[in-house]
Amino acid sequence: MVKELKAEVKKLNFYYGSLHALKEINLPIERRKVTALIGPSGCGKTTFLRCFNRMHDLYPHNRYEGEITLYPDNINIISPEIDPIEIRMQISMVFQKPNPFPKSIYENVAYGLRVRGVSKRAVLDEKVEKSLRGAALWDEVKDRLNHLAFDLSGGQQQRLCIARALATDPRILLFDEPTSALDPTATSKIEELIIQLKDEVTIIIVTHNMQQAARVSDYTAFMYLGEIVEYDKTDRIFTAPSNKLTEEYITGRFG
Amino acid sequence: MQKSKSELQTEIKKRIAVIKFWDRVFLIIGLLSTLVGLVLLFTLMADLFVNGFPRLSYKFLSSFPSRFPEEAGILSAWAGSFLVLLVTALASIPLGIAAGIYLEEYARKNWLTDIIEINIANLAGVPSIVYGLLALGLFVYFFKFGESILTGGLALALLILPMVIMATREAIRAIPNSIREASYALGATKWQTVQSHIIPYSTGGILTGVIIGLSRAIGETAPIITVGALTFIAFLPTSPFSSEFPFISFKWLFDPFTVMPIQMFNWVSRPQQEFQLNAAAAGIVLMIMTLLMNGLAIYIRYRFRRKIKW
Repeated sequence: MVKELKAEVKKLNFYYGSLHALKEINLPIERRKVTALIGPSGCGKTTFLRCFNRMHDLYPHNRYEGEITLYPDNINIISPEIDPIEIRMQISMVFQKPNPFPKSIYENVAYGLRVRGVSKRAVLDEKVEKSLRGAALWDEVKDRLNHLAFDLSGGQQQRLCIARALATDPRILLFDEPTSALDPTATSKIEELIIQLKDEVTIIIVTHNMQQAARVSDYTAFMYLGEIVEYDKTDRIFTAPSNKLTEEYITGRFG
Repeated sequence: MQKSKSELQTEIKKRIAVIKFWDRVFLIIGLLSTLVGLVLLFTLMADLFVNGFPRLSYKFLSSFPSRFPEEAGILSAWAGSFLVLLVTALASIPLGIAAGIYLEEYARKNWLTDIIEINIANLAGVPSIVYGLLALGLFVYFFKFGESILTGGLALALLILPMVIMATREAIRAIPNSIREASYALGATKWQTVQSHIIPYSTGGILTGVIIGLSRAIGETAPIITVGALTFIAFLPTSPFSSEFPFISFKWLFDPFTVMPIQMFNWVSRPQQEFQLNAAAAGIVLMIMTLLMNGLAIYIRYRFRRKIKW
């Protein structure tokens, strides 16, 4: 099987003011695969994830160095010459806590399209349905699309956020600990969904939960203190890690 | 010597009794303090009603002031109050909201914005007569707006502007950052985020602040007297609508005017007892206006709270 890269991180360094948070990170992101980022709290997984859609540009004193190349067009995601909005239009994100807008279910999903100037009802209707189906939520909400998103349960809200992220046909979908605020049933639904979604979109997921990484991902990167300690196929990382630190983390001796 | 068990028990009971005694003392002090405020307020309102209620009638609302107390009414006063408040709202709402949004969403957080923040809080505490003096110098003498509805409305707009800005900022601050991030992550620009999230989700809080500000403005007397409102006025401002092209006239903005509190003050300062009753009746009307506005503010807050809970 030929490997195809969707993105490649080269010598990425990231600074919060004077704090050197990510150090010399190199990582390939395989196309239409799930790449998991694992590691103890504060190791920089979320910071790293938020580089991919330039979320750090929202706050002052943040600085990137290095390159994240997006294929096939070879653009450098973190280049200062590239408008972060252009990046966010292509790379969507699902956050740790479900954060739907206090609008209707329909408007939540349609928002990304509205931002892009889509206003034709027929186009929106079609996209909203397709995205909600993609997020395995359509059957539960099709009769109440104009209800407030806050009326949904936590797990449904998170799937709504996934639908919202899917509606704009992202090239990469970022998940930042998407199930940490959910109960086990809702969690397993989201995990199934992630496995389904990789047929269409490249996924990077940050998770605290090692079993989750083992269940959903194809590749895993173990991070520690702002560096990538080990990157490999997920089954290798979990069965035969080559680094001592990785092994200790996987076996629960720290973290 | 060791104390027996029962001795210890009685000692504990005694201490509890002493502590509970102080509990009760404070309860009584608290209750009395609350009652002082409530009873005074209630007496004031009851007195106003007893005195003024018999004078309240349609004729009282629809007559101009007069030398004869039983013919005098508050038409020019409430019309003046209404128009002045209209100018106040039109000036302070856009300015206050825009300033609040700028400070919360656009301005970088640094020492300059800290100073601005402290100053806005201070401005809210400046005595209203000072705003009157400012308006007199700026609007009457400098911009030559005259002693007009426009001047009065703008003076009150300045007065409540800090309140509107602070209410806006507080309402915006209540919006969780995760909502902003969700919007930006979908590729929205700052203005798109402000327009479709920040403004709609803070509208409840902003409106509440605006209405509370306006209900304070309607009772203000000092700045209005300072900018030269008349105390006796027996005609209405020019109608804003006319039968000829262009059908809308802004001449009323430059007309002289009076407002409810000034009309009351005028009547109170007269020696005849009957005028005092008119003042009480006008007081009831003013109070009802204020209560209605506050009621509206509470209702709006309730409505928005029910829809948006973070």
